[in-house]
Amino acid sequence: MKRIVSAKEAISEIKDGSSIMVGGFLSCGVPDELIDALVEQNTKNLTMICNDTSYPNTDKGKLIVNHQVKKLVTTHIGTNPETGKQMNSGEIDVELNPMGTLVERIRAKGAGLGGVLAPTGVGTIIEQGKKTMEVDGKKYIFEKPLGADYALIYGTKVDKYGNVSYYGTTRNVNTVMATAADKVIVQADEIVDEINPNEVVIPGIFVDCIVKKEKEVQNV
Amino acid sequence: MELTLLSKEKTREIIAKRAAKEFKNGDVVTLGIGLPTAVADYIPDNMNVIFQSENGLLGIGKTISGENMDPRIINAGGICVEAKKGASFYDAATALTMMRGGHIDATVLGALQVDEEGSIASWMIPNKFVPGMGGAMDLVIGSKRVIVAMEHTNKGAVKIVKKCTLPLTAYKEVDLIITERCVFDLSQGILLLTEINPMFTLDDIKESVTADFTVADNLKYMDIN
Repeated sequence: MKRIVSAKEAISEIKDGSSIMVGGFLSCGVPDELIDALVEQNTKNLTMICNDTSYPNTDKGKLIVNHQVKKLVTTHIGTNPETGKQMNSGEIDVELNPMGTLVERIRAKGAGLGGVLAPTGVGTIIEQGKKTMEVDGKKYIFEKPLGADYALIYGTKVDKYGNVSYYGTTRNVNTVMATAADKVIVQADEIVDEINPNEVVIPGIFVDCIVKKEKEVQNV
Repeated sequence: MELTLLSKEKTREIIAKRAAKEFKNGDVVTLGIGLPTAVADYIPDNMNVIFQSENGLLGIGKTISGENMDPRIINAGGICVEAKKGASFYDAATALTMMRGGHIDATVLGALQVDEEGSIASWMIPNKFVPGMGGAMDLVIGSKRVIVAMEHTNKGAVKIVKKCTLPLTAYKEVDLIITERCVFDLSQGILLLTEINPMFTLDDIKESVTADFTVADNLKYMDIN
């Protein structure tokens, strides 16, 4: 049985300078109430690993607007002008990764691999400063594994054993992030006694604690 | 002098309509954000093209608005969409496996610059405009066909160039360039002008690109109606 706690309690151990992964693609499948609690706690100098920085006033975007992020590892910042502004002023160090590379780096960490060989970005600035390797005549970039202290992820249904299932396009990067952090906190739309094992997307082994979303979920 | 014979709407329509002719029944296609998204509107009703997106939906249907909107089903642009019959949801690792792994038949995307070798720049103008690449780099190297659908110039500034000066999205991966003025094919290793909008002359094309190109023996007119 996993611990079921409040958002505030779950994120209370995240300290200044921690690294966090945050699930979601734009505002779909995001642990919004965990983020709100982190904004409230006002933890600073975070390293944030996420697919994008959403919009200025929503979920991941709030952590940028509230100046809590020092280093950002992501794939796209175009939907949040504040991220670009802080990048240009030197406040945030932004590392842009191709989406597939970011996902596989995280997956590698979670799977205990020493990195991945990605064809993506060969012949571009993504290749700069990295080792390359030829495999069967094709050039690849060596990309290192990427993990974090905490992963804040979303789940549509989570059972008491920490098993997670998803609805629609909400699973996105949540699944890989669940495997690659020292501590994984899942925000659940709904907590149930048991999920049919056939429908489990993230097995409970990866989850440390569960937070029930308080606000009403739209369009169930 | 910059020619302004076409409205913004007509320009987009010509490009999207032309790009929609590139698919065959059963193709799995990933569309970029913006103009390329409009390509879906011109697929003939009797043709089954399956649209894929990196946020986790294969079988994207029409845009949903009003009370039927479900924020848990979106496309890569963050717009609520319908999941069509036969659709599937998946995570980002699976999405990028489709894209990088050679499982997508064609992609249509916009660009800031394309050059005569087929290299494409689409994700940043240093110190000015840095949205990031998202899934575009994976898609361009992994997709079986890469179709660039873009306005011919950026308010008069040349986009089809000899060599890209902006940071690349991918090196030598573009197969076809479709603009409102012409179509260039790159599938044979050279930049070949295959179609021209009858509103423009060959000189207009020459003056509006800096890339060296060859004119196809059977140069055709684009359908602009």
